[in-house]
Amino acid sequence: MTAGDHGGKIPYDDDLLRRILRDVKTVAMVGASPKWVRPSSFAMKYLMGKGFRVIPVNPGHAGKTILGETVYANLGDIPGTIDMVDIFRNSEAAGPITDEVITLAADKGIRVIWMQLGVRNDEAARKAEAAGLTVIMNRCPKIEYARLFGELSWGGVNSDIISSKRTKLSP
Amino acid sequence: MNDDHETGNDPEDTAGPHEYGFETRTIHAGARPDPVTGARNTPIYQTTSYVFDDVDHAADLFNLQTFGFIYTRIGNPTVAVLEERIANLEGGRAGVCAASGHAAQFLTFFTLLEPGDEFIASRNLYGGSITQFGLSFKRLGWTCHFVDPADPENFRRALTPKCKAIFLEVLANPGGVIVDLEPVIDIAREAGIPVIVDNTMATPYLCRPFDWGADIILHSTTKFLSGHGTAMGGALVESGQFDWGQNDKFPSMTEPEPAYHGLTFHETFGDFGFATKARAVALRDFGPAMAPVNAFFTLTGLETLHLRMERHVANAQAVAEFLDRHPKVAWVSYAGLKSNPYYDLARKYLPKGAGSVFTFGLKGGFDAGVKLVESVNLLSHLANVGDTRSLIIHPASTTHRQLTEEQQVNAGAGPDVVRLSIGLENIDDIIFDLEQSLAGL
Ligand SMILES: Cc1ncc(COP(=O)(O)O)c(C=O)c1O
Repeated sequence: MTAGDHGGKIPYDDDLLRRILRDVKTVAMVGASPKWVRPSSFAMKYLMGKGFRVIPVNPGHAGKTILGETVYANLGDIPGTIDMVDIFRNSEAAGPITDEVITLAADKGIRVIWMQLGVRNDEAARKAEAAGLTVIMNRCPKIEYARLFGELSWGGVNSDIISSKRTKLSP
Repeated sequence: MNDDHETGNDPEDTAGPHEYGFETRTIHAGARPDPVTGARNTPIYQTTSYVFDDVDHAADLFNLQTFGFIYTRIGNPTVAVLEERIANLEGGRAGVCAASGHAAQFLTFFTLLEPGDEFIASRNLYGGSITQFGLSFKRLGWTCHFVDPADPENFRRALTPKCKAIFLEVLANPGGVIVDLEPVIDIAREAGIPVIVDNTMATPYLCRPFDWGADIILHSTTKFLSGHGTAMGGALVESGQFDWGQNDKFPSMTEPEPAYHGLTFHETFGDFGFATKARAVALRDFGPAMAPVNAFFTLTGLETLHLRMERHVANAQAVAEFLDRHPKVAWVSYAGLKSNPYYDLARKYLPKGAGSVFTFGLKGGFDAGVKLVESVNLLSHLANVGDTRSLIIHPASTTHRQLTEEQQVNAGAGPDVVRLSIGLENIDDIIFDLEQSLAGL
């Protein structure tokens, strides 16, 4: 994640984000860090706590485990299917990672590319969308999950949600 | 997985994005029916603490790895609704409430400054802020340079390499002075420092500092937001737009925090990193938390903010016009009057009205001011503003008496000055009370 590009967020429909977080079960996290105090580790642990399977991808740590999950060197090495790829790298690196996802998508069942807060690569997004993938950029799935299902509000953060329905705590 | 999920029809799905209006958000933002009981109004969570699911959950909470409540000094569900509502009304990203406006100011500057740092403030501020910045902050090693905001270039002239923020009230208390925010924001942008606006006097109904590019907004919720003179409180709101990493001025945001195992707030929490740090460090360690019941009173008051402010400014305009014509009145400083030098700035920054707090001068000076506040019957002689009741005070003998006469004059609170906070009573009754009392001078 590159700090400093939090402005200029692309508006995404909350219904779209809710559907993604409801339908996705398995997430490959590219750039997951073994250091627990890094943002990627915070996000990974949070999402695991919400029932997602999160598979770390980080060539420097392949074969080790992070939070009990085996680390893979690249997306192609992950056995089985993946619903979503979460890119915890900088905007430039998101380009070649997206290319890789596009080639693997049919094989692995990948439907969503999610680029982290501060990560945005419009060119990569265009290519991925043309290939039929859903792309979310410059957002954190942990923060969006917390925003849509009530927990972010506990910290005084503006969820921008107005509703007279009971808060749902999960998708 | 339930049936809705199979069919893809989520009952939460809305008709699509819709921008809700200010009036709707004063009532609904941050508050939804309780997920378990369905309680429609926000309950008062009168509790000090919250159970952990297990040791791992507790660790996640203490490490800031997940969201949730630990202890009411750091956060409380009733207070959180108020924090989100104020953040929403200001168009900001996140809010933190505090026991008072002054406490919110302290939390903000503690999160921004290192010992030895400096900041610049408009000299037209609430008198208590001038004292807090000029005297008490000084003892913490923070230096405030006060400038005359009438010329925005004065902020640039006062910049030093150690200046970390610019602080001002667009609609100032008590003088009715309006600061031209836009050029001040340009100066701060160039210097790479945030602009902090105390929006207490205007409220987000009248003035939207984030729309002009301000970075942090502060409130004494004690005033118009709560609105009924019932509850002390303060709030800070972060816009989420300021890039703390653009220079090396804000190590508190960009360097590993020893109190949290070396976590970096800007990187980890992004556009709500400042509010998170203000809560997780300043509020946690200094403790000026808002009481849940005060958050409840303030939320109830907020629901009518739009209606109250409309009437506050209409009544204030009528009183200002009455005083402007009165023979015993030397001058009226209300930016809603066409003759006022700030009239154009008021139109620009406060298009719905120039607030309901303003000052006027009595030809009879200090003694006439004292006599007036003692002879009113309906208006209340007290040190507050932003109540449903109309209020009157003579600042030189009360709120501003700690200041030197020069500081009093600079702050718009000289010996002849009377300050009014016009409430929501019948307008003829308010004017009758002032007319009677002025006649006795
Ligand atoms: C403009 C302004 N800011 C801040 C404050 C301080 O707020 P509090 O009294 O809630 O500490 C006041 C109080 O009068 C005020 O008028």
